[in-house]
Amino acid sequence: MLADNATDWDYEISSENRFLRLNLLELWRYRDLLLMFVQRDIVTVYKQTILGPIWFVLQPLFTTLIFVVLFGRIAGLSPDGVPQFAFYLIGITLWSYFSDTLNVTSKTFTDNSNIFGKVYFPRLVIPLSKVLSGFLKFLMQFGFFIVLWLYYILITRQVTPNWYILLTPLLLLDIVLLSLGLGIMITSLTTKYRDLTFLISFGMQLFMYATPVAYSMSNPKISKYHSYIWFNPLTSLFEAFKYGFLGTGVFSIKWLLYSVGVTFIVLLLSIYVFNKVEKKFIDTV
Amino acid sequence: MSRIVIKVENISKLYRLGQIGTGTLTHDLKRMWAKYRGKEDPYQKIGTVNDRSKKADSDYVWALNDISFEIGDGDILGIVGKNGSGKSTLLKILSRITSPTTGNIKIKGSVASLLEVGTGFHAEMTGRENIYMNGAILGMTKKEISSKFDEIVDFAGVQMYVDTPVKRYSSGMYVRLAFAVAAHLDTDILIIDEVLAVGDADFQKKCLSKMSDVSKNQGKTVLFVSHNIYAVSEICNIGIMLENGILAYKGNIADTLTKYIANKHGGTEVYVTSNKEFLFNGIQNLNVLNDLSPNSDIHFLLSFTSRNIYLVNTMIDFNLYNENNENVVHSRSNWLEFKFDIKPNSNYLIEYKVKSPKLSPGKYFLTVYLYHGTGFPILHIDNIEACTINAKNYFGKSLYLDNVISNTVPEFEIKLGSE
Repeated sequence: MLADNATDWDYEISSENRFLRLNLLELWRYRDLLLMFVQRDIVTVYKQTILGPIWFVLQPLFTTLIFVVLFGRIAGLSPDGVPQFAFYLIGITLWSYFSDTLNVTSKTFTDNSNIFGKVYFPRLVIPLSKVLSGFLKFLMQFGFFIVLWLYYILITRQVTPNWYILLTPLLLLDIVLLSLGLGIMITSLTTKYRDLTFLISFGMQLFMYATPVAYSMSNPKISKYHSYIWFNPLTSLFEAFKYGFLGTGVFSIKWLLYSVGVTFIVLLLSIYVFNKVEKKFIDTV
Repeated sequence: MSRIVIKVENISKLYRLGQIGTGTLTHDLKRMWAKYRGKEDPYQKIGTVNDRSKKADSDYVWALNDISFEIGDGDILGIVGKNGSGKSTLLKILSRITSPTTGNIKIKGSVASLLEVGTGFHAEMTGRENIYMNGAILGMTKKEISSKFDEIVDFAGVQMYVDTPVKRYSSGMYVRLAFAVAAHLDTDILIIDEVLAVGDADFQKKCLSKMSDVSKNQGKTVLFVSHNIYAVSEICNIGIMLENGILAYKGNIADTLTKYIANKHGGTEVYVTSNKEFLFNGIQNLNVLNDLSPNSDIHFLLSFTSRNIYLVNTMIDFNLYNENNENVVHSRSNWLEFKFDIKPNSNYLIEYKVKSPKLSPGKYFLTVYLYHGTGFPILHIDNIEACTINAKNYFGKSLYLDNVISNTVPEFEIKLGSE
């Protein structure tokens, strides 16, 4: 005969959705898996390549060169008094972290349906691992920028940083959380209806032009679009970044708070949707 | 008396048939509208029974319908059922890959599910990296994997290749490594789906014994789905049978399997992995068979014993060879439409009677083939000394037959005709 041990169950499987039930404890138990996914992402990217991790730095370098020619020389969008190369490099480095994270996290369910269909682990491990491996890649690129930046400060003395530099970790955190939030929101919505994936591929292009990557908000040429561009939650973050490091751009505490608010709402909403979808997506993906 | 570790209560799962398209959106909207008004989901009412051979009369189907059962600590549950009866859906729900439409499951203890071996293996990574990766996906911590690492490599037998990317592995090595990780999981409850269908016969045997070891000696609770009746009967102590998404039977494993086999009636999914499960004990009436005349009926009594084997539609063929290894008699059971069922741990006596074959004097050897109706071999007995035919008193004369060069010596008459 079996004895019924009334209440002390470890967990329960049911169809009900609890609002915002984020099981952080469970996520913590799977921290080793998280780190291994990060390691796998980093290690497998440059297996069987000769240049290895140097590729991480070469990519933004070449994009920056193009930007210098296209936006700096031809369109004349770069601000005066700031070395163009540093200006575009920081914009591109930040932007590529944001867009890469958004891109990969927005494919969480479709790309991993194979694993997800066979094993249970907290699904959030995958997008989080992408955020972290992306961050390592970002650090390499950012390190490259720092070297260049120090050169401009110490050797050519073209750049004077200011104390707003100390905001860097918070700004980065906001960028990461925003891209993570949008990414997992999109992946949750695309499991059943694939329409959004089309939107993402060209939407990201448009999004970049609505973000001060190739220009600065202090540029008089774009002043008539200001009222729109500030509504992009990334704008104030990118501007604050450039203001701290290069002393160019517009620092706006009002729009920074707006950005934090948007990020918070997006994150809450996306975790809710993600939780709801992760339990059943395998039936519809 | 053991504690309940898994309690499944009224689990149902509704699936949508056909494709997801714009129709799904309208259904979703209707569903949301019903929920908003506090009404029941309109599509749950019209789901059909999951019988894939019939045409569906609704867009929705109940892959599982109102399943309830309990598993105690240390129980090894076998889940049987035909293809599409809902076994995999049940496992997916139990391993939290998808959630049920209604009902709930309560679980005590840690769970690992093996619905596939080698989940998360990356071709570019080495064996070592993949062991860690795969182990972590299955829920182990890095420390646990490290402590079992040598055992895993040993079990898989890939010591030499541990630091080589798995894309260079032979498919057998790959599968062995994958199973080895799974076999060293250290959780309270294991959910296993058909993973035994990997590797060569030797490795399958190794896997099977590892599984019984895990369940019997380490006291783990195991849920096991397989079409391999031999494996199920070997490992499990309780069983449930699913049929079209409905729990058709639950009870001890022998009863469940008997029910399952009875239900199948010539199904094609019964397999036996080893011929040691059906044993030939010998010919019982050898003394009689040693002294036959060409004219007499040859009557063999063959004795068999079954062990862990369940099988329906067993057929048997006989061949009789003479001393020159020439086949002189060939008999097949399906010419007579004879077949029989094998149940575990029983004795069987099979009578094979050849009516007066008029064989030439000499020694004869019997070959017996036992096989399942699908042609799957069970037992092959080769060239056993079966009978001796003497020529004494044949044709009513007291003389021995001599210089026989034919295989048979039918009675004959020679007469002079009158014109």
